[in-house]
Amino acid sequence: MHIAVCIKQVPDTRNVRIDPDTHTLVRQGVESIINPFDLFAVEAALRIKDDTDAKVTALTMGPPQAEEALRETLSRGVDEAVLLSDRAFAGSDTWATSTTLAAAVRKLADVDLVICGKQAVDGDTAQVGPEMATLLDIPYATLVRSIEWTSGGDLKVTRQTDEGIEIWKLPLPSLITVLKEVGEPRMPSLRHKMRAKKAQIPVWGAADLGLSPDSVGLCGSYTQVVRVFSPPRRSDRVFIEGSVEEQAEALYRYLKEAKVPGI
Amino acid sequence: MKAIVDKKKCTVCGVCSDACPMGAITVGETHVDISDDCTLCGICVDTCEFGALSLPQVGTGPEEDLGLYSGVWVWAEWRDGSVHRVSHELLSAGRMLADKRSAPLCAVLLGSGLKENLSRELITFGADVVYVVDRPELARFTDEAYANVLVELIRTRKPEILLAGATSTGRSFIPRVAASLRTGLTADCTELDISEDGHLLQTRPAFGGNVMATIICPNRRPQMATVRPRVMKPLVIAGHEGRIENVSVPDECLKSRVEVLEVIPEQDQTARLTEAEVIISGGRGLRKAENFALLQELAGLVGGAVGASRGAVEEGWICPSHQVGQTGRTVAPSLYMAVGIAGAIQHVVGMQGSKFIVAVNKDPQAPIFDVAGCGVVADLFEFLPAFIRKIRQERGETS
Ligand SMILES: Cc1cc2nc3c(=O)[nH]c(=O)nc-3n(C[C@H](O)[C@H](O)[C@H](O)COP(=O)(O)OP(=O)(O)OC[C@H]3O[C@@H](n4cnc5c(N)ncnc54)[C@H](O)[C@@H]3O)c2cc1C
Ligand SMILES: Cc1cc2nc3c(=O)[nH]c(=O)nc-3n(C[C@H](O)[C@H](O)[C@H](O)COP(=O)(O)OP(=O)(O)OC[C@H]3O[C@@H](n4cnc5c(N)ncnc54)[C@H](O)[C@@H]3O)c2cc1C
Repeated sequence: MHIAVCIKQVPDTRNVRIDPDTHTLVRQGVESIINPFDLFAVEAALRIKDDTDAKVTALTMGPPQAEEALRETLSRGVDEAVLLSDRAFAGSDTWATSTTLAAAVRKLADVDLVICGKQAVDGDTAQVGPEMATLLDIPYATLVRSIEWTSGGDLKVTRQTDEGIEIWKLPLPSLITVLKEVGEPRMPSLRHKMRAKKAQIPVWGAADLGLSPDSVGLCGSYTQVVRVFSPPRRSDRVFIEGSVEEQAEALYRYLKEAKVPGI
Repeated sequence: MKAIVDKKKCTVCGVCSDACPMGAITVGETHVDISDDCTLCGICVDTCEFGALSLPQVGTGPEEDLGLYSGVWVWAEWRDGSVHRVSHELLSAGRMLADKRSAPLCAVLLGSGLKENLSRELITFGADVVYVVDRPELARFTDEAYANVLVELIRTRKPEILLAGATSTGRSFIPRVAASLRTGLTADCTELDISEDGHLLQTRPAFGGNVMATIICPNRRPQMATVRPRVMKPLVIAGHEGRIENVSVPDECLKSRVEVLEVIPEQDQTARLTEAEVIISGGRGLRKAENFALLQELAGLVGGAVGASRGAVEEGWICPSHQVGQTGRTVAPSLYMAVGIAGAIQHVVGMQGSKFIVAVNKDPQAPIFDVAGCGVVADLFEFLPAFIRKIRQERGETS
């Protein structure tokens, strides 16, 4: 079995907090990390590999330095990695991103299962997985929290929805997007780290994928960002002072006046 | 491609360079330079007071006559025999858009054994037409059947705009609809408007809510958006009339390669976070599992749900389905009360869309106070019992 895992490099938010006055991110330097959900996607793939000796290939579309993220997945035990990088890819919306990733999965030729994270923490759309599956014409399941197999070799996944839990059966090839419940990501191992350091990571551009430059990136996108701005700041923050009884009384009044339901 | 610098306007103040999440802007002698690391995210554009930065424009132009499309559609979500609240909200938002476009507002209801009162309800909230596809294959949700049916309806009737709730179901199958129709989709919008020339102006939070972006879909139709629940206001239009149309679709559309084996609704009502009007959330400050009973008691009193930080979940004090944040649920209730939660960014991104945020923490420097509308600096073990007593007392109950 061949599993493709899609990972995205995103700005690190770990040491970041929100400036209360400007309401913008305060960053200590600009480090990039692997999108947290994608570490769970990698882990899900590696767990299948542990049981079945599947081959796992990590894919990312991004600028040249995204190679670093791919090396990190290799050091955790991923077998191979491919970087999709081309100036023409810049400014991709989810459609153009999915077009590029789907072309790469097709080029790998023998992929049985694609695993994505639930969503990327910067773009936050959760659209790339489902759109990619549609372009590849394979079934998919989103919000997967655990993965099993049926005796017939189909995938049996548990989904976490707003209303509860659903258990679905999917034939291969298919695509899933995963939640943190699939398992705590393993640490890089020394052996894999050595291998990761030396690994050759191929770079595929639009031409390698058989995509014309105007079908990818900003040109190939259907949505267009026309304005980016800071969210309106919460202006009227109040602190409630006094003894706990006074605080309880004041909070009760505050919520009552705000007509908060249930109070 | 990268962001464009107007060298005449640039004052080399460096604000954009600090704001760039990719570190792609360097400040030169006379103007800033943008490196190949630029991902065209657009954050710099807004930070520049001098209008020196802009983004290149998308696209290859429309491939077909966009004037063929008209009308605003809402995918009407329902469950347990009633319409989901988000569909009421979307109809009200859709009504405003349809009126501005002088076009009809239509609701699409998919399912099996659908009662007529569901359609009637959609009309009360402003729908002029309700398209109903009632088939046994649609009894349980699958992405393929739901998307294929909606695609079929859109192809034959050509609406200009399609809205759906950004629920777990909407966010799962609507991308398939958009990709099948080869059109754009904006995720999780919190504001919608329409420009004079018919562009749907879709505003949404990104970068974990730290940035807002307004997005259009200039060259394709329909213009599609999923919309965050509890943001738009639902409005009943008294005496509004509309018609119900049962639509038949080719059997081919109803096929799904996925088989739903089991559906297990969440029994613990306090874990139904995404639907709750009020969420009382606890963090590591609670010190032990038993103390969550305090939150349960308060949540019970106000008909709310109980949430948690990852800190509390990691301690094993409450199960992960209650976790709010980057790796948990994203919630936007009317009231979010964070008790003994520090307010790490990964927690905040999951709850900052809430209408009222109250923070209870003994540390006045806790970052949670930066996002709270109302801060209570207190020991939670003293404050919560006092607050619970207060509510009971107001209701004439004794504890
Ligand atoms: C402020 C802002 C708002 C935006 N809003 C929209 C919008 O509403 N609609 C829209 O179409 N586009 C939007 N975009 C563009 C969008 O962010 C990019 O298309 C991005 O490449 C993919 O979307 P995402 O980050 O939301 O990923 P998601 O769809 O949330 O990612 C889901 C999963 O897909 C995989 N994946 C995503 N990106 C990559 C990648 N580059 N390489 C490998 N795997 C990947 C990962 O497994 C990830 O966990 C927006 C961009 C910005 C800056
Ligand atoms: C990739 C990644 C993803 C993450 N995802 C999430 C996520 O989805 N959700 C999430 O919540 N976190 C997430 N985290 C973890 C996050 O960074 C924080 O570690 C976590 O939110 C801390 O939980 P806490 O606020 O409960 O605990 P702490 O940081 O320990 O804070 C406890 C707070 O309680 C207060 N307190 C203590 N005693 C009392 C008292 N008696 N009365 C009043 N106040 C008191 C303290 O002042 C303190 O502010 C993630 C982290 C990473 C790296």
